[in-house]
Amino acid sequence: MPTPTRGFLGRRARDPRLPPGQYDVGSDWPVLTAEPTPRIAPETWSVTVDGRVERPTTWTWDEAHQLPRSEYRGDIHCVTTWSKFGTWFAGISVDTLLDAAGPTAEAQFVMATSKTGYTTNLPLADVTGGKAWLVWEFDGKPLTPEHGGPVRLLVPHLYFWKSAKWISKLTLLTRDQPGFWEQNGYHDRGDPWRQQRYQGD
Amino acid sequence: MIEPFRAANRGWRTATVSGVRRPIARAVQLRLDVHDRVDHLPGQHYVVRLTAPDGYTAQRSYSVASAPGDPLVELFVERLDDGEVSTHLADVVEPGDELEVRGPIGGWFVWDQVSPALLLGGGSGVVPFVAMLRTARALGRTDLLRIAVSARTRAELPYADELEAAGALVVLTREANGIRPPGRLTAMDLVPLIEPGQTGYVCGSGPFAEAAGQLLVELGLDPADVRVERFGPSGGPA
Repeated sequence: MPTPTRGFLGRRARDPRLPPGQYDVGSDWPVLTAEPTPRIAPETWSVTVDGRVERPTTWTWDEAHQLPRSEYRGDIHCVTTWSKFGTWFAGISVDTLLDAAGPTAEAQFVMATSKTGYTTNLPLADVTGGKAWLVWEFDGKPLTPEHGGPVRLLVPHLYFWKSAKWISKLTLLTRDQPGFWEQNGYHDRGDPWRQQRYQGD
Repeated sequence: MIEPFRAANRGWRTATVSGVRRPIARAVQLRLDVHDRVDHLPGQHYVVRLTAPDGYTAQRSYSVASAPGDPLVELFVERLDDGEVSTHLADVVEPGDELEVRGPIGGWFVWDQVSPALLLGGGSGVVPFVAMLRTARALGRTDLLRIAVSARTRAELPYADELEAAGALVVLTREANGIRPPGRLTAMDLVPLIEPGQTGYVCGSGPFAEAAGQLLVELGLDPADVRVERFGPSGGPA
């Protein structure tokens, strides 16, 4: 345990839902992005699953909405130390897309790419088995552009930079490759309960 | 770009507080002697971690204002009333205290020290640009930087004298600045600051960053050449 800081008692409640080093942001939802917010009309949006798959596939906005609806209700955690409890997102499960595209046996990792060129890498196991979504609704309303609308990736068990905004592509890979923040000093996996914030954690 | 990350990899280290100043209201400027320090790049940040006697910790990121050549690391911290870390740093910390810090961190919002850059800062979002300006001065290359900053009033603008002396355009939203009436940064303000080959850097609150980033895109900068760092009372540093 680190040495206590002189005069610091800690004002926040020790909420067991909070991973270490996080605080409850309440009803707020901060926006953090590294680039200007793109304006993407839903009718021009599409998502492609390619790379190590049997059937590379692209879904338009309308096609994606024909897929079975899937929701996430729970907490999200940002590496900048805020956490938000009890969020409600709706869209489709990443499992649905992967089932259609058919990952090959050697696929082990995923690179998620945004319309802006932003990338983030994930082990395949972190986006399968009901752990990841493509979402277009937050609290029953369309997801706004600054929060990644029309459609963002949602991987709520990892720090939120993994939940790429303005998602346009999931590329299955045999080997791990670092994405944008992962090349810029941040952790490869980003598990908030292990405080995997920066390289070396 | 490799070297600074290694510092983060080496984890937490101790910093001795060397100086505490309150140049403007609701803010504190800390000068830190970081033990076993690795030089930062202008634009990078440090994380400060506070530990309570029961082991509870709170940590936040703060931009560095000092140039890499400065023997001390200067952090500028805006005091937020509900900010668990910023209130401690602003109200409790004294010279001689030891703080746990980690850094430098961030490989994206940095200036490479050779390319032209257009810097747009809102409020305490000017801090990374002070580091860039000081670095440019040390290199004799202030010609590479064009700076525009915005604050509610001049009294609330961090490093106002230093930025004005460097020729920064100062926009105030709640009071006149000379002949300029109160108002937000506009595209017309930025036209004289645009030059070929510039990378745009935007740092400030969410609304400021959103508006300033869109201005740069409207003025013709490729979105890929615009780097944005956002924070706010609820965003990053608190």
